[in-house]
Amino acid sequence: MAPTYQLKRLDFIFKNENDWKEILVGKINLPPQELINELISSELKGRGGAGFPTGLKWKLTSEEKEAVKYVICNADEGEPGTFKDREILSKVPLKVLTSMAICGYVIGSKEGYIYLRGEYFFLQHELNKAIEEFVAYCRKINFEFTIRIFMGSGAYICGEETALFESMEGKRGEPRNKPPFPSVSGYMGKPTVINNVETLAHTYTIFEYGAKRFYDLGVQYSRGSKLFSVSGDTPKPGIYELELGMSLVDFVDEFGDGDTKAVQVGGASGFLVPRKRFSETTIGFQGKLTGISLPTGGSMMLFNSSRSMYNVLDNYLEFFREESCGQCTPCRVGCQQLLNGIKAVKRGEKTAGYLEKLLRLAETMQFTAKCGLGQSVANSFSSIVENFREEMIY
Amino acid sequence: MYPVSELIKNLADQHGRMRHNLLPILQGVVEQEKYLSEYSMLEIARELDLPAAEVYGTATFYSFLEHKKMGKYIIRICKTITCSMKGKNQIIKTIEDMLNINVGETTPDGNFSLLQTNCLGFCHMAPAMLINYEVFTDLTPEKVREILTVFINKKDKEG
Repeated sequence: MAPTYQLKRLDFIFKNENDWKEILVGKINLPPQELINELISSELKGRGGAGFPTGLKWKLTSEEKEAVKYVICNADEGEPGTFKDREILSKVPLKVLTSMAICGYVIGSKEGYIYLRGEYFFLQHELNKAIEEFVAYCRKINFEFTIRIFMGSGAYICGEETALFESMEGKRGEPRNKPPFPSVSGYMGKPTVINNVETLAHTYTIFEYGAKRFYDLGVQYSRGSKLFSVSGDTPKPGIYELELGMSLVDFVDEFGDGDTKAVQVGGASGFLVPRKRFSETTIGFQGKLTGISLPTGGSMMLFNSSRSMYNVLDNYLEFFREESCGQCTPCRVGCQQLLNGIKAVKRGEKTAGYLEKLLRLAETMQFTAKCGLGQSVANSFSSIVENFREEMIY
Repeated sequence: MYPVSELIKNLADQHGRMRHNLLPILQGVVEQEKYLSEYSMLEIARELDLPAAEVYGTATFYSFLEHKKMGKYIIRICKTITCSMKGKNQIIKTIEDMLNINVGETTPDGNFSLLQTNCLGFCHMAPAMLINYEVFTDLTPEKVREILTVFINKKDKEG
């Protein structure tokens, strides 16, 4: 039987960016409300992983009555298995800068920042050159907007938007309580739009081709295309632009090595899907009436049968234990205890029944941790322990 | 004036003396000195008129702001899942043997420090490492030996 190949490869994001000047000039001469409506009707959702509707974010921030507002591009790409933002910033930086400037026009902001993770320091030089070219052009057309790079220094948690603001303000990257949301009080307490690199690149696509072109891709609640970072046990690791809403079976047919045992969707903070669930899983945002739909910031890691799921979980938990900011107890202590717990079960110091206690702890973290880091540890923990219980014990 | 005090003063002149200028200043000191000594942190606190504890608290939060003396070249091996699956342990073993140090240590001549770090974002080219700010990917023990040899010779020429 021929494989049911249904993956649709697309090429919007990395297509040339030479028309950025026309797009910038064209859009900043339209009423802001029109641009917001365009974004809202495209149903673009944030591509960093959380999936907040981008148009709504711009709209809410535009409604705030403050003289100073900020546009921030979140380039603190730290989720294990994600590497698309680096590619966007090195190949089509002007698309991101153009979208930032248009956002500035829409919400009434004159200052933009790119928060670039410390690990990507090597991108800084080329990116600064693109910024110089861009800002020079803005000056030429009498459009007031500046963009600066702010370097991170090696902290996964700073990808969380409020932790990122704290970091930019010269503090420890500890997430704030929400509300207030960034649209009301973000960087320096001012209304701020903070968008992921890829979100801004898609915004450019929408401004270039119109909302309909974007909306026609994907499925209900998950419109448009998305960049996927494919790694692990696959013959063709890399970055691929695919339509949202694809089935995991089709994905594995295309990218698996024929022996795929499980796929981690959404990085260490996402879900592990075992082979038996491939057919009922689609990739997109929650909200479909039937089946399981898993969101992802783009990280797709494949594991074949030679891999021990215990080692995978151990690696994730060590990651979370180190990257937890330590501010709230459920996450600080929870990450340590989950790691100690699975090690104790593996060594036979605790009985298999102890795993149930750990699952309850993970659930508690999900409800009580302050930010997405602590809340999402349960995603990978529960999906691995429940599906590969034997591997945790023996 | 100590050279580091002057460096801090220059960085503060360049970036500003507000709280939100703290991170670029800390990064600037680390770039030059390879780490933040207690003295540097106190000097930064004085220059920016901040409590020393605030500077210390911020500095120690970030994994790239070292507060222990580091070598001229800091090698950071990615230890997150894909790099780990694709043989990062062999890479570490190779470097440990070549430089005669363990992870977390610095060579006695102060040229190399070996560390592990979390996901570098090169999972499709695993295993990966950083030497200072330069990225090396698709590592094999053989390739890593070649890369390090270049760095060792570089240091001989300069030294």
